[in-house]
Amino acid sequence: MILVFCELKDGQIRKPSAEALSEGRRLADATGKKLGALFAGASCAGSAEAAKYGADVILTAEAGSLASYSSDAFAAVLADAVKAKGATVLLAAATAVGKDVAPRAAARLGAGYASDVTGLSMVDGKLQAVRPVYAGKAFATTSFASAVQVATTRPNVFPAAEKAGAGAAETLSTPAGDFKSVVKEILAKASGKVDLSEANVIVSGGRGMKDGANFKILEELADAIGGVVGASRAAVDAGWGLPHSMQVGQTGKVVSPTLYIACGISGAIQHIAGMSGSKFIVAINKDPEAPIFKLADYGIVGDLFEVVPELTKAAKAMGIGSN
Amino acid sequence: MKILVALKQVPDTESKIKVAADGKSLDPADVKWITSPYDEYALEEAIRIKETKGAEVTALSVGGDSAKDVLKNALALGADTAVLLKGDGQGDAFAVAQMIAAYAKDKGFDLILCGNKGLGGDNAAMGPMLAELMGVAQANVIVKLELGEGTFKAEREIEGGSEIVEGALPAVITAQKGLNEPRYASLKGIMAAKKKTIEELEAAPVTAGAQVSALALPPERPAGRKLEGDAAAQAQALIQALKDEAKVF
Ligand SMILES: Cc1cc2nc3c(=O)[nH]c(=O)nc-3n(C[C@H](O)[C@H](O)[C@@H](O)COP(=O)(O)OP(=O)(O)OC[C@H]3O[C@@H](n4cnc5c(N)ncnc54)[C@H](O)[C@@H]3O)c2cc1C
Ligand SMILES: Cc1cc2nc3c(=O)[nH]c(=O)nc-3n(C[C@H](O)[C@H](O)[C@H](O)COP(=O)(O)OP(=O)(O)OC[C@H]3O[C@@H](n4cnc5c(N)ncnc54)[C@H](O)[C@@H]3O)c2cc1C
Repeated sequence: MILVFCELKDGQIRKPSAEALSEGRRLADATGKKLGALFAGASCAGSAEAAKYGADVILTAEAGSLASYSSDAFAAVLADAVKAKGATVLLAAATAVGKDVAPRAAARLGAGYASDVTGLSMVDGKLQAVRPVYAGKAFATTSFASAVQVATTRPNVFPAAEKAGAGAAETLSTPAGDFKSVVKEILAKASGKVDLSEANVIVSGGRGMKDGANFKILEELADAIGGVVGASRAAVDAGWGLPHSMQVGQTGKVVSPTLYIACGISGAIQHIAGMSGSKFIVAINKDPEAPIFKLADYGIVGDLFEVVPELTKAAKAMGIGSN
Repeated sequence: MKILVALKQVPDTESKIKVAADGKSLDPADVKWITSPYDEYALEEAIRIKETKGAEVTALSVGGDSAKDVLKNALALGADTAVLLKGDGQGDAFAVAQMIAAYAKDKGFDLILCGNKGLGGDNAAMGPMLAELMGVAQANVIVKLELGEGTFKAEREIEGGSEIVEGALPAVITAQKGLNEPRYASLKGIMAAKKKTIEELEAAPVTAGAQVSALALPPERPAGRKLEGDAAAQAQALIQALKDEAKVF
């Protein structure tokens, strides 16, 4: 069996989990294996949706003790499920929770682990992963020595394809409690927008923005085209009040949106490392020699303070709504 | 309190990546080696705890002789002792975790600080794997850490915000940018470090879980095009192209 750990939000499967599930279905089909979707929490209501993405079996570990995320408890649930079902492949999305729990579960299973993978295949019945290393400056093909193979899938890379599965429900036993660590409180940002790592469209600003307040024009463009706003390290470190969570690059977030618009960003190697996996790159820069243009599918040489508001206007005029 | 800090030597972020003749490893020519930036936050946090609460800080690296540079720097910054676990450098994060677990097993560390990911390998895996192997708590991608009596409270970065994780010591904590601002080594520190020795041990034999079978550079991106005209015309042309050619919208 190929087992995919899935996360729910507001009773729905999170998009990165749906992507992992779809990829799991593809791998299961390639090897004639069954696909299991695994959920854990105080309530797993909404887990039935996994059948839509091809799950043959839907496994739920439901207990009050799992109401708040605990690394050790969830890792135990994942590892126990792998053992109970004799699964050989365990996948999760490379989200904050996925990246926290999957390596711990792998160690518990004595298994190799490939993180944040952008490609998966089955070779001679074993998982093979392709993953960006050096923040995307190179790609490593990873093969496994262990019987069980664990990987996390990078959000926004694998398509979430619908394919009906039997979705037979099964419940799992749950750990008793007394966990080593537990999440006590979530301090959410007000925006409620998707995280950069999962965003489909990103509008980023660099030192050329001159001031944090000017990021407002990027917000307006992002709102018009259904995107979120990122920044270069120069902008984050400039003392403009931008949080580090906005930083794209080798020491920030590594992103792979469909569209990345770089405004007033020169294209330093550490910045490029974080966004070169984007499908389409647009650069807006007043310097025609800026290195970012070497990477851009579409380049606009010009003053961003003139171009960006025009883009917002054009997008609105053409009826491009948020998606 | 006893603190272990795991430090990895990695290629500088400026490095142009070239694939070696074996087709699966990094060509080390022209590479400048540094301490992985996130590990610097881990070390700084350990030194601050030492300064405010009192602690004995051990810096550890798994690697070859060159990793001694990382450890010398750690001693200059304020680590009390340094340990080099000599491995063949071929292991994955799981192999490294097993080596460190074998070393740390009976040393009574209250806190193990790591980077949230090693720059380059980018697995973000060693910390959680070590925590599991040692049977202790973990908290990853931490921007704030408070220690109590045998407990910790940490703020961890998540999508769209952060969360507070509480747990029991001993624990493995992995550092994120924002946790602190690492200091530079003082001349006094550098001189004092010269008198200290780095303990060199053979790493325990372990089995890796995964290995790299090929390393490749990303495909070249096709040449792009510049959009002409005034700002309004450029904007119009871009949105049109994104819609019709790229089909982004
Ligand atoms: C080009 C390349 C590609 C690679 N690809 C893979 C791969 O796909 N899969 C794989 O399993 N391995 C891979 N490796 C090997 C891997 O980089 C290292 O073997 C292993 O140390 C994990 O490194 P990381 O930086 O990814 O670890 P992470 O899990 O990201 O490291 C987290 C933290 O653990 C600590 N740490 C990690 N390594 C050490 C160390 N040697 N000494 C002390 N502390 C340490 C540090 O505090 C670090 O911040 C690759 C290596 C190279 C050079
Ligand atoms: C260890 C290390 C890690 C790093 N990690 C990262 C990282 O993760 N992410 C990252 O981004 N950087 C990182 N950096 C920093 C990186 O080297 C660059 O310094 C940084 O990316 C530069 O940011 P920038 O492009 O915004 O600024 P600059 O390089 O100063 O570029 C500003 C650009 O704006 C243009 N401009 C100015 N005004 C206008 C205008 N009105 N209209 C249009 N264009 C205009 C200019 O022509 C210029 O090209 C790292 C550096 C180091 C040493």
